[in-house]
Amino acid sequence: MINEIVIAGFGGQGVLSMGKILAYSGLMEDKEVCWLPSYGPEQRGGTANVTVIVSDERISSPVLNTYDVVVVLNQQSLDKFESKVKPGGILMYDTYGIHKKPTRTDITVYPIEATEATIEMNNSKTFNMIVLGALLHVRPMVTIESVLKALKKTLPERHHHLIPLNEQALNKGASLIK
Amino acid sequence: MKDEVTLMKGNEALAMAAIRYGADAYFGYPITPQSEVLEKLEEEMPWDTTGMVVLQAESEVAAINMVYGGAMTGKAVFTSTSSPGFSLMQEGVSYLAASEVPALLINVQRGGPGLGTIHASQADYFQACKGGGHGDYHMIVLAPSSVQEMADMVALGFDLAFKYRCVSMILADGTIGQLMEKVVLPEQRPRRTDEEIRQQCPWAVNGRKGMRPSNVITSLELDDDKMEENNWRFQATYREIEKNETRCELVDVEDCDYMITAFGTTARIAMKTMELARKEGIKVGLFRPITLWPFPEKELREAAKNVKGILCVELNAGQMIEDVKLAVECKMPVEHYGRFGGNVPTPDELLNVLKEKLINK
Repeated sequence: MINEIVIAGFGGQGVLSMGKILAYSGLMEDKEVCWLPSYGPEQRGGTANVTVIVSDERISSPVLNTYDVVVVLNQQSLDKFESKVKPGGILMYDTYGIHKKPTRTDITVYPIEATEATIEMNNSKTFNMIVLGALLHVRPMVTIESVLKALKKTLPERHHHLIPLNEQALNKGASLIK
Repeated sequence: MKDEVTLMKGNEALAMAAIRYGADAYFGYPITPQSEVLEKLEEEMPWDTTGMVVLQAESEVAAINMVYGGAMTGKAVFTSTSSPGFSLMQEGVSYLAASEVPALLINVQRGGPGLGTIHASQADYFQACKGGGHGDYHMIVLAPSSVQEMADMVALGFDLAFKYRCVSMILADGTIGQLMEKVVLPEQRPRRTDEEIRQQCPWAVNGRKGMRPSNVITSLELDDDKMEENNWRFQATYREIEKNETRCELVDVEDCDYMITAFGTTARIAMKTMELARKEGIKVGLFRPITLWPFPEKELREAAKNVKGILCVELNAGQMIEDVKLAVECKMPVEHYGRFGGNVPTPDELLNVLKEKLINK
């Protein structure tokens, strides 16, 4: 099973770190993984995107043009990446600020109200984990246990008390899928 | 510490591998897309553990001359930079080569010419393989195409530099530098003691303690005959390196009708192109030079002898293709496809090019 994924949004939405946690979760399950960010000025505002591959087989190219899963968190990214979902693939987007909805019918589209969910959780920083929770609910390429293990490995110890909050966010995300 | 699989950026792997190798010093100046090398070194603080020196120089020119000074003492020293920074270092590189001192240089290429862009490029192939600095010299040029190779080539680069008393270069690109992949780092080795350096590098300028005649290291020789003699000695070393040190990877070349030649990031993209092509019944193989200098000429000639055509893919306007054509003696069509300025081709783009330039011709 190979999962070729792109996550795209504004710089500061946690796009790169969400991708990193997904990649680390794959590592926890001994899968082949890679993480390729857009780097440089994009990170300081503007659009940011990251390619993540989680695979049971050896990964050839980290550079891709079409994806099994596209997760977009703003309108520009939706416009840019809708056409790059493989037929039969998944397009997930946060509905906040989206005025032009996706139109493709040969893919499965999951609109999620992730920004609203952060307001319910009273913590805007949970945004990317809510999205990840929703993503893993529709495409369970790694388990939530592995994500929690990955968080433990990547977060500095002084932030470990935030892991339960992240777990809540992951569950919240899963509950957004109807 | 051994055998632990971890996730790391290519640039971070370079830094970690150098510490684990027991490198003595790093001198460098930050530049995107390789700044994580210096950042990782400073985060790890190896001066507290192995005793390795990490110094941010005031410029690339200063950094390469610090490398020159350190290398003369037989220490394992290295620097890293990206394209414009490496241009600034060229005088020093030529001096290092002429002085026959070992050093490891890393260029994580970005799009040029000029200050260019910060994204991946392979446009410094000529600079790395055909000179760059003045005079008849060569560096051993290693081209990693994975994060694991970024780590492994640090030890390889240092070992070859010390074996031949020459300069080794890791010629990476922005994509491999920024890419995070699984990597297993080598075991921590202790830095060599002064006594070990004295034994392994009898030429080094490290204090003779009344035990031997003075060592003098210089690139200046005003006597033409002596300078010619020096050049013959350099050339003899290069021939020896060409004989012993070519490295390459061949993927599915046994039955292939068409061959892609590519190195670094483009070789990874080409591997996916091969997978796509084989699904369509087109037999494509890949020849990936791991050493760009010495170029694996014989290996390519042998591997390509039955192919109908070769597509040379690079992130430049056509540089390695010259070596490819020389290697196969133009016995079959050799086409080039390049993207530049920081842009990178996609696997399906390469498949279309392959069809257009070779298969449907």
